[in-house]
Amino acid sequence: MNLHEYQARELLRAAGVPTPEGDVAATPAEAEAIARRIGGTVVVKAQVHAGGRGKAGGVKLAATPAEAKEQAGRILGMQIKGLTVQKVLVVPAADIATEAYVGLIVDRESQRPLLMVSPAGGIDIEEVAAKTPEKIFKLAIDPRYGLMPHQALGLGFRLYADVAQARAAAQIMTTLYGAFMANGASLAEINPLVTTPDGRVLALDAKVSIDDNELDRRPDLAALRDESAEAPAEVAARHAGLTFIKLDGNVGCVVNGAGLAMATMDLVKYYGGEPANFLDIGGSSNPEKVVNALRIITSDSQVKAILFNIFGGITRTDDVANGIKTALAQFPVKVPIVVRLTGTNEAEAVKILQGIGMTALSDMDDAVQKIVALAREAA
Amino acid sequence: MSIFVNSATRLVVQGITGRDGSFHTRQMLDYGTRVVAGVTPGKGGQKFEEKVPVFNTVAEAVAATGADTSIIYVPPAVAASAIAEAADAGLKFIVCITEGIPVVDMMKVMPFVRETGARLLGPNCPGLISPGQAKVGIIPGNICAPGRVGLVSRSGTLTYEVVNHLTRNGIGQTTCVGIGGDPIIGTNFIDVLGAFQADPDTDAIVMMGEIGGTDEQKAAAFVKAHLTKPVIGFIAGQTAPPGRRMGHAGAIISGSSGTAAEKMAAFRDNGIAVMERPVDVVRLVRDSLGK
Repeated sequence: MNLHEYQARELLRAAGVPTPEGDVAATPAEAEAIARRIGGTVVVKAQVHAGGRGKAGGVKLAATPAEAKEQAGRILGMQIKGLTVQKVLVVPAADIATEAYVGLIVDRESQRPLLMVSPAGGIDIEEVAAKTPEKIFKLAIDPRYGLMPHQALGLGFRLYADVAQARAAAQIMTTLYGAFMANGASLAEINPLVTTPDGRVLALDAKVSIDDNELDRRPDLAALRDESAEAPAEVAARHAGLTFIKLDGNVGCVVNGAGLAMATMDLVKYYGGEPANFLDIGGSSNPEKVVNALRIITSDSQVKAILFNIFGGITRTDDVANGIKTALAQFPVKVPIVVRLTGTNEAEAVKILQGIGMTALSDMDDAVQKIVALAREAA
Repeated sequence: MSIFVNSATRLVVQGITGRDGSFHTRQMLDYGTRVVAGVTPGKGGQKFEEKVPVFNTVAEAVAATGADTSIIYVPPAVAASAIAEAADAGLKFIVCITEGIPVVDMMKVMPFVRETGARLLGPNCPGLISPGQAKVGIIPGNICAPGRVGLVSRSGTLTYEVVNHLTRNGIGQTTCVGIGGDPIIGTNFIDVLGAFQADPDTDAIVMMGEIGGTDEQKAAAFVKAHLTKPVIGFIAGQTAPPGRRMGHAGAIISGSSGTAAEKMAAFRDNGIAVMERPVDVVRLVRDSLGK
């Protein structure tokens, strides 16, 4: 789960990472009040889960509180990459002497939190990593010992020659690591970490992602989720215990298991169709999940045909068949449906489907070829 | 022969009285797996299905029954602790089915597991099966058949799809292993490929990967450097949308986007025959064995 910049800032600030003052506003008047409190020139920043905010016009300077109000009025409600801006962050326009990068991520290879720092921070950090990898310094932290003081200071000196600044950076890294582990983050990034002309070291922008598996035991973190920042169908799917990602095609797919779901989409493409979505109903198959899956898929008017691909293991195929039966009794589905199912309780499932005048295929390739042809006829 | 589990495996089930644990223990018993003990704290002294003794701790179960392998079906909040308990009790092979374990918990427990010398399979995996010998996990036994092909996969139901094609076409398996899709897993492709290479009864290997990360690329390089047996590969996710990633750290760390195209190219470059569709596995395995 990605946090907004203002949430990430608050999380790091609460842990003790120095950040410039500032606050979040949902209305132009609030933005004006924050700008007045800060004094001087401020930056008004759109809070959306999308990169390239600046290029989209979502980050603006404002010299006066009145200007901050005006800019906030322009940015609030703006669409950036399909997402509506609901909030803006108002921070002082910092005088920047240098920009560095500090990031922490779960590293699959070392199976440890990997700390990465670079004196060449800022928006071009990926280019720095690709072209001048010697400017990126990495350390896999052993979670048994944590980030040791000499390690942090060593990396601090990679960023700054000045000992006071190196110590300040080391302290920030140590605090960042603590917050990363304490909040079950999968990513925590300060970019840029700046020095000001008077020598202070500050986190100017922060990104934090929380491991989704952490949210069950951390209601405080789960409460940070901003559903207005997500596609409505994906929110509905999550509430129904489904994983759903919308795509641009017209063949709706309902599958059990993420790997098989991806392979099904790939096969739709292989036979000349375009998948409309990724949808994984997960391992256990209560019929209600299938009803919700069909409701979500049929709400997409682009969908011309729907394919079920179920390989029963823990998932009972008769549960899926019952879900289809229940759904069709509850609401009309106007597009053709093709069902492929095999595995646990297949015979019962076939009987249930026959009872409502449907047939079931047992071969995945047959089913995909059929659904692609039906989608093409309907398009 | 087979890898990791066989007819001599003595299995302890952690979470044997839970909803998933009890269901799958019955399936494993039906398959013929030697389930010698179960563990549920507070239920020590009971018997599961009137035949499998239940203990309060893994250490007690091991002392009383000589169990050498564990399978874990406990809720995510206590799963990392269950893994540590199994390793601490001296078990050398631990399979964790549990999905949804916080990554921080896994990062903390892995150094301990390695220190004890145990091998962890998973978490968030379907386990493994050596057809005709032992099923340890949730892979349906009826779609597998004994034979000479080894299979290793990151996913669950996609594995079933491919195994099913093999079995229906008369191609049996030594062992089918699901390594799991989590960021931190105990056993990776390379570990399993090495085990299949060393197994005299495995003639060819099927490797099923997915988008994301660089494990498949590393496995491909390992195949070229260390394997003499033919390998057939599949990558799921050619049509998956590019992840809505956040921040730069992921790209900095791997220098790779982990796309299906990139992984399939790595397979081909290292002499691995690539399936375009799951069904292609039959033709490619036959070709690789020259029959």
